[in-house]
Amino acid sequence: MKIYGTLFIILLLGIGSFVGFSNPPRNQEPVQNTTQAFNTMMKVVTHKRCMNCHPNGDRPRQGEDSHIHNFNVQRGDDGHGTAALKCSTCHQKANNDNSGVPGAPHWHLAPISMAWEGLSDAEIARRIIDTKFNGDRSIEEIEKHMTEDDLVLWAFDPGVNNEGIPREKPPVSEKDYIQAVKEWIAGGAQIPEQ
Amino acid sequence: MKIQFNINGKAVSVDEDARTPLLWVVRDVLDLKGTKFGCGKAACGACTLHVNGEAVRSCSFPVEYAEGKEITTIEGLAKGDQLHPVQQAWMEEIVPQCGYCQPGFMMSTAALLDKIPNPTDQDIDDNIANICRCGTYYRMRKAIHRAAEIKNTPS
Repeated sequence: MKIYGTLFIILLLGIGSFVGFSNPPRNQEPVQNTTQAFNTMMKVVTHKRCMNCHPNGDRPRQGEDSHIHNFNVQRGDDGHGTAALKCSTCHQKANNDNSGVPGAPHWHLAPISMAWEGLSDAEIARRIIDTKFNGDRSIEEIEKHMTEDDLVLWAFDPGVNNEGIPREKPPVSEKDYIQAVKEWIAGGAQIPEQ
Repeated sequence: MKIQFNINGKAVSVDEDARTPLLWVVRDVLDLKGTKFGCGKAACGACTLHVNGEAVRSCSFPVEYAEGKEITTIEGLAKGDQLHPVQQAWMEEIVPQCGYCQPGFMMSTAALLDKIPNPTDQDIDDNIANICRCGTYYRMRKAIHRAAEIKNTPS
């Protein structure tokens, strides 16, 4: 019996090492349970529909090729553009499929602290949950922002461009994205090492 | 859809498709032809007017969003016989060539001077993004500085 017991413990340790939950954070789901949710979420977060307005400089990007926004458009003091060339000079509360100008409520650039351009998935995720970067948002506020904010969810209904061609959507449905964000956060917002 | 707003200080009510660009309501319904159609894509700025004091590209601004707002077009920039400083400066510097884009530039400039009374060249570059195919930018820059002088001089 002693030998069988020892073998059983060794077997358990072996399985634990193999699947990677040898050191799960306390009171949280094992890492592998949220890795898939994390990866699903990041497919949206790193898509151009999101990244174009999370630049690491003072100029937004636009288009499928993420070129620097035409017309010298700039961040301005508050992310809403310069004094007389605001985002709302052209962008309104909804997509304009006649002119091809995209729109959503409070259209603006993410703050520079939330610049994602050039970062890895893990680095982006760390900024998302770090109150020093994310505008002092709690994890609950982050979940609400990521799953309910009309400007965030615009990515799934991006309208047409100025040639009438539908803009590319993220490779994940809105429903799956929202579910993934909620699962990731419910699992402790763990960030897989890459 | 009935939409009510003030334009150049006058209350108006229009009955149009909510998605109709404000530009076409201003030009074709209210018969104010100073605001021009250029690209129709909010890119060139020829259609610029003010909505509650902010410069807006009216070709891409559905009229429904004008409900209850104060709209100002180039026709409403002057106060009676007193030309707006931007209009005075534009005449002094003989800015226009063909003139088509100029109302949009003047409305953008008027909005800029309301926010930044003494704009630097950098401020002008950062805030005036309209397009002039005649290339009158050099004269416009001079006129913008001159308009600031006029506006800041006590009458």
